Amino acid sequence: MRVPRRLIGLSLVLGMAARPAAGADLRDLYFGEALYHAYQGRYFDALQRLDTELAQYHGLDEPRLDTLNYHINDAEFSVGDFELNYRMHHRAGRAITAVLEGAVDEAVRDEAAFRLARIHFQKDQLDDALHALARIGGTAPEEIRDDVEFLRANIYMATGRPSEAVEVLGQLRSDESLAGFAAYNLGIALFEDSRPQEAIEQLDKAGQLAAGDRAGLAIGDKSNLVLGTILFESGDFERARQSLDRVRLEGPFSNQALLRAGWAEASADQYDRGLVPWNILVDREPTDVAVQEAMLAVPHAYASLGLYGRAALMYGRALELFSNQIDRVDASIGSIREGRFLEALIREESRQDQDWVIRLRSLPEAPETYYLMELMASHDFQTALHNYLDLEDLRSRLIAWKTSLDAFDDIIRLRGENYEPVLPEVDARFRELDSRMRLRLEQRKHLGERLQAMLTAPRPDHLATADERIAGERIALIEEQLGDSDSPQTLALRQRAARLRGALTWRLETEYHERLTAAYVHLNELNAHVDALTRQYDAFVRTRQAATHSYVGYDIQIERLRERVREALERADLLMARQGHMIETVAIDQLEARRERLVAQQTEARYGIADSYDRAARAQSGAEGP
Amino acid sequence: MLFAVFALAPTAVLARQDDASQGQNQQDQMRGLDEQVQELKSDVLSMAEELSRLEEKLLYPSGTQVAIFVALAGGDQMRLDAVRLQIDGQLVAHYIYSAKELEALRKGGVQRIYVGNVATGDHQLEVLVDGKLEGGADFSRTENFTFRKEVKPKLVELTLAGPGSGNTPIALGEW
Repeated sequence: MRVPRRLIGLSLVLGMAARPAAGADLRDLYFGEALYHAYQGRYFDALQRLDTELAQYHGLDEPRLDTLNYHINDAEFSVGDFELNYRMHHRAGRAITAVLEGAVDEAVRDEAAFRLARIHFQKDQLDDALHALARIGGTAPEEIRDDVEFLRANIYMATGRPSEAVEVLGQLRSDESLAGFAAYNLGIALFEDSRPQEAIEQLDKAGQLAAGDRAGLAIGDKSNLVLGTILFESGDFERARQSLDRVRLEGPFSNQALLRAGWAEASADQYDRGLVPWNILVDREPTDVAVQEAMLAVPHAYASLGLYGRAALMYGRALELFSNQIDRVDASIGSIREGRFLEALIREESRQDQDWVIRLRSLPEAPETYYLMELMASHDFQTALHNYLDLEDLRSRLIAWKTSLDAFDDIIRLRGENYEPVLPEVDARFRELDSRMRLRLEQRKHLGERLQAMLTAPRPDHLATADERIAGERIALIEEQLGDSDSPQTLALRQRAARLRGALTWRLETEYHERLTAAYVHLNELNAHVDALTRQYDAFVRTRQAATHSYVGYDIQIERLRERVREALERADLLMARQGHMIETVAIDQLEARRERLVAQQTEARYGIADSYDRAARAQSGAEGP
Repeated sequence: MLFAVFALAPTAVLARQDDASQGQNQQDQMRGLDEQVQELKSDVLSMAEELSRLEEKLLYPSGTQVAIFVALAGGDQMRLDAVRLQIDGQLVAHYIYSAKELEALRKGGVQRIYVGNVATGDHQLEVLVDGKLEGGADFSRTENFTFRKEVKPKLVELTLAGPGSGNTPIALGEW
């Protein structure tokens, strides 16, 4: 008697939550935007944002000055988380390994090692998972300590080392979120370690642990169901019944528990008591395996109690149900072959809530997904389904990008048409203004230098007004015209000219400091105008450059991107077709297996009807006597 | 009857082996496809990164780019229904929030509600917030701000809070 390995798998808690936002401490808005997408489950958008931010950050000369620097550890971790949630295990592994090998705190490194181990475990790379856990130095940080040990135990279980798993789980004092899973896994580990009695006691404890959430209640049910099965198979029907009775009637394991509870009673020859759970079961969802089995178990119990007429009626009801279900399965197979399953999968409205897969059955002409529930719960099929949906999403994006690239081409063309006729004239005018501006700036510079020089070597004549300069020149002219004559008239005129020059020099000398100060004030006023002019000049240069940058130099990049998009779209189409075919094949295989089982049950029901009538007739004739 | 079971037994075992090898084969194919899907995702993401840089360069050059972000004050329980933005009197964004988006904001995510272009200099930003308070009462608030656009890209953060929270209902942060 072996408990299937998948029972252990069900108890794994591997949800990867995005790193909590820093809230009020958020320093990088784009990191906040990536989290905003991630919190809505839009991991592609989250990755697109964060990849862009990280690429920019790592391309900076001084990244420590960037706002992302404050969150860089969180950001690097988040990339790994987002990739994992977007089912990109390879890249997630690389991202987390990069954190692990970077210069980070021990606590960060430990968490990275733990995450890497989880990825390896999910990918069935068990040795790598253990190796990653071994990189946790000393004691794991408090927040992840239980998770680390829980994972370690799961790896031991998966590698066939139940005794080590028992040791780890036995020491685990986990909080409420893990308690039920740890208790259940310990029971399974003990069982696998050939310690059935201890396993039974442990599962008994696990089945009676108080739980507040759905997952906790479900694992409690699971513990009771497995315990009931073990006890049933070991012939302890009474305890098996007690354990199975503890499974909630509305929980996910209720149907199986009711079926086995009935068998526990029936095995103790208490068919009348076995009928109680089975009769509850037969009125439930008719596609459920347990319900279908109960449809045959109920008449079997009636026949065992000698109620052959009742048994014949119930076999008849079972026969009708099996025939209907075979028709439904056939219709489902037909629907899948016509591609309706895949069509239903990608319909947006069918993915609005968590139970979207179940809801597919309500769509017109969609297959009966209840028959696929077990298949859909498997990790590989889930991955295939999500990959199919992701591929559809990628296709939509690629098609939209194709349109965007065409639009970019249009924008660039229109900008070119707008700017090209105008720019030569603008440039010519700018060159003219530019040379005038340079000249004036040169003059201003020269004036500044002269004023500076006059601080040490005063030159009053440099500060003469235009009138004064003209007057000075006229005096010089008069002096020249007077020549060297010694006539009294000339002497008198020369004296007058000298007085005039003296008056001019006096004014220039006495007003020199005042004029120098005024010249500085004027030069500073000119500086303000020059600064404004320089700003305007820079703005023009930027705008002019922006005009060119708005339409020049994109052709190669856009063409390359267009080619990449085209190639990716082809790959997406091909992969979607292959993935879709794979999903359809696996689903059809599953349905055919169910069909085979239903046909066998149908035959059994037919035989049961005939047998019941025979027995009823024999009983009748026996009662009437010879 | 017993004989039939024995006679069928080897066939059944072989059939199970066939099923198992077929199942393994399908599993291998699924994993192979998964690897290829991962590669494609990786390529598409790298394209997305390049495309978003190209888009930014073409449509929102840094000299004129302005991006406005919306965040909720930490722990605020106001139910945000809608945000409307006007820049210099022009309506630039009117966003109505889904439950999922509101939850993402409450967890600390930041929404880039608008990205566009404005000239350098001062600009008027009018923010209208509609929501419901914890008790169910309607809540509406309008605030006017001035922000200054320089040569580099302008990031404006609006942190929203319910009136009873003790925080400023609409706080502006400039980056």
